[in-house]
Amino acid sequence: MANIKRSPWLLHYDGSSCNGCDIEVLACLTPVYDAERFGVMNTGDPMQADILLITGGINTQNQEVVKQLYDQMPRPKVVCAVGVCACTGGVFKDCYNILGGADTVIPVDIYVPGCAARPQAIIDGIVQAVELFQKRSEEHDALVKNKGKEAS
Amino acid sequence: MGKRSIIPYGPQHPVLPEPIHIDLVIEDERIIEAIPSVGFIHRGLESLVDKRDFNQLVYVVERTCGICSFQHGMGYCEAVESVFGVEIPDRAKFLRTIWSEMSRIHSHLLWLGLLADGFGYENLFYQCWRIRERVLDLIELTTGGRVIFSVNKIGGVLKDIPEDQLRHILSELDAIEADLNVIKKTFIEDYTVQSRLRGIGILTREQAHDLGCAGPVARASGIKADMRKRGYDAYPHLDFEPIVSNAGDSYARCYCRLMEVFQSIDLIRQAIGKIPGESDLSVAIKGNPDGEAFFRCEQPRGEAVYYVKGSGKTFLDRFRVRTPTFANLPGLCEMLAGAELSDVGLLVITIDPCISCTER
Repeated sequence: MANIKRSPWLLHYDGSSCNGCDIEVLACLTPVYDAERFGVMNTGDPMQADILLITGGINTQNQEVVKQLYDQMPRPKVVCAVGVCACTGGVFKDCYNILGGADTVIPVDIYVPGCAARPQAIIDGIVQAVELFQKRSEEHDALVKNKGKEAS
Repeated sequence: MGKRSIIPYGPQHPVLPEPIHIDLVIEDERIIEAIPSVGFIHRGLESLVDKRDFNQLVYVVERTCGICSFQHGMGYCEAVESVFGVEIPDRAKFLRTIWSEMSRIHSHLLWLGLLADGFGYENLFYQCWRIRERVLDLIELTTGGRVIFSVNKIGGVLKDIPEDQLRHILSELDAIEADLNVIKKTFIEDYTVQSRLRGIGILTREQAHDLGCAGPVARASGIKADMRKRGYDAYPHLDFEPIVSNAGDSYARCYCRLMEVFQSIDLIRQAIGKIPGESDLSVAIKGNPDGEAFFRCEQPRGEAVYYVKGSGKTFLDRFRVRTPTFANLPGLCEMLAGAELSDVGLLVITIDPCISCTER
């Protein structure tokens, strides 16, 4: 965490969760846990977001929404699945309308377990996502630089 | 007469904690009609009756919604208990009441915070959530979970609250009440809050009655409907009156919920004062459920109805839940018609939507 240079912005989307993880994600951003001290900021706009926190499994209705949100986010981006439903489908895995975890439609980098995921676990997930984002943006910068050299 | 246009609102929207989609038909800045479409969180929870037996289903039903999870589990258990025709021990009834009221406090504080965020008071939002954490600490102390605390079982409860923890709850409640009195002043008296909430989204008594609104939305429109008065669990032993306001606007809904937090604190105090001594926490259940039953209880958002039907097998034939937000959505559409576009976020919040419950 020592050499974080950027402040990634978080986007939270409720897939088909029971709300348990959603309110814990919100609780993470409020004074007692305060995930914003790691330099992240909550945003509602996918176009400005770097880290997607997704709670709940994927169902037939929301799979397009989730895909669209992921595509709208600028590169580089990190996806963090919060709660066991977003990881695997969880307690609702056998329901007819659940296709599975978030990784059925978008690539997921970090899996946060728990039903509901505890704020401490979510913060741990966010910290790992921030580090991964840092790594990816450095790679991305190098790639852009090389491409610029090739062009000139 | 301006030009009509349709603005899609949601499913992903900055003010919405949960996905709901509303098509707003607007003329200039005024909304003519609101057409909701739901189904983004539909999981098909009720269909799990085929795959989980009636004991396992307690844990599934609790996950209908993470905010009122205790009452969902409780409602299902009580419905199955009435199929079996068993009476749970008195201490278990009081424990269920205490946990129910704790969930109500945390749910209402959550809502007050979201409302404060809705009218632009970010600090007030954080204050509400800070107080809410104290309640969550109490819940974690007594049950082990923060938002989903599986302490219900068919025939009673799984955990007891020992005497010293009950005393701790009482002293914490005093501190919570003192904190609440500070934010109460802002919610009730602040000029900006009043100008943002008073007269916004009026739902008359007749409209609320005809549309079948439930819970604080109905009570804010002057309907004295509180399922706790029906007298399940320990409520017949407790002294309380439903909090009713007659204005029917957003301010009245805010007032009702804020006052209900104080009422819940009072109810927990009463329940702790009257709780019977340590005894069995559950009664044994023999066989499989055979028959059907309804159970109605008062959740933070209003009346929820549970229906179970079994035919002597380990798997139930049918489980059904009617949640309060489903009852309040027609009321929301009525409120939105005629409102300003800028009030939409606030109005959606004032019915305290719990989409996870509604769509299951």
